[in-house]
Amino acid sequence: MNQSVRQKSAEPAWPDALYDLLRAEGVTLFAYVPDAGHKVLIERSLVDPAAKSIPLTTEEEGVGVLAGANLGGTKGVLLMQSSGVGNCVNFLSLIKGGRFPFLTLVSMRGDYGEGNPWQMPMGQATERVLEAMGVICMRIENAEDVLPTVTASLTMTFKSGNAVAVLLTQKLLGAKAF
Amino acid sequence: MKDDAASGQELDQSYVLDRRQAVPALVGDTGDFLIVTGLAGTAKDIAALSDDGDNVFTMAGAMGAAVSIGLGLALAKPDRRVLVVTGDGELLMNMGALATVSVMRPPNLAVVCVDNGHYGETGGQRSHTSLGVDLEAIASAAGIPATRVVSKESEIQAASKLLRESNGPAFILLKVKPGDPPAYKRNMDPAACRVRFRAALLEK
Repeated sequence: MNQSVRQKSAEPAWPDALYDLLRAEGVTLFAYVPDAGHKVLIERSLVDPAAKSIPLTTEEEGVGVLAGANLGGTKGVLLMQSSGVGNCVNFLSLIKGGRFPFLTLVSMRGDYGEGNPWQMPMGQATERVLEAMGVICMRIENAEDVLPTVTASLTMTFKSGNAVAVLLTQKLLGAKAF
Repeated sequence: MKDDAASGQELDQSYVLDRRQAVPALVGDTGDFLIVTGLAGTAKDIAALSDDGDNVFTMAGAMGAAVSIGLGLALAKPDRRVLVVTGDGELLMNMGALATVSVMRPPNLAVVCVDNGHYGETGGQRSHTSLGVDLEAIASAAGIPATRVVSKESEIQAASKLLRESNGPAFILLKVKPGDPPAYKRNMDPAACRVRFRAALLEK
């Protein structure tokens, strides 16, 4: 096989377009625990003078931060890896009980083609855990679905007041080599 | 869990203030702030003081979230002073939030930890703070620029001023003796409280 076909081609264009979409829809607060799948969003938010970029020690902090931001009239998004979903569970009581609009972008591990066995349990439970706490899950597997799915999720979150998790799957992001 | 006598550690002599006087004296006019409280004790302290005011969001679950909610609110409303009033048990559950407050450095956020060294709602078990853990030192080491311990009446006034005037996040550890908060029935529906808070803040 031609080596250039096997290698990952140029960086995909959707992360930059996704950042632009979030900002255009009025999202100004980006709370994150670092993950390779969110690299572009994190870097863009760090250099954007009109955005606030909040590094977290654990993902559950981000649930509280977004709830507080909503109390103050600001739109935010939580960027995390699927393993972090498990860290958020009880804090999602605040989101569900308070009917807070809540948007998270979850980069999946323990999913399509995973080579690290430690990632499998939480990755396989991510969707069910979120749904058990009242969070609507929207899976994305293809690059062309990113912008329409996030657009739909922004509407469902900030217009109809839901909690929505956009799952950026390993089919979309690629699986890390082990 | 061992009781106080059997724990091998006496409750130190700094836990003397009565929260029913000390919290009102420290916080003063609740109208000066947007306030987020912890569960149980601090929620009742502030609900009683503000008559369950619409500038107050009290918690009754999601333990550990108070400082993070306050941080999000402070970042969203930089023109208002935001005060978090929470307990030692609630804060111990998410000490990383102090690190994030330090990194974000909101000039308009203050945190009061009402530290009675015990879990008052669950049978009075001792918490880590009365077993040697110093939350003021932790807040300071996290990088929060203004931190104080208040354990005597004479220290309250200066701390009350700090809550209002600090130009950077502030942390006050208010040490109080174990004892009941004021009896007060507040609205415990978080959705109703969210709508009420936002209406008062954003639609007036």
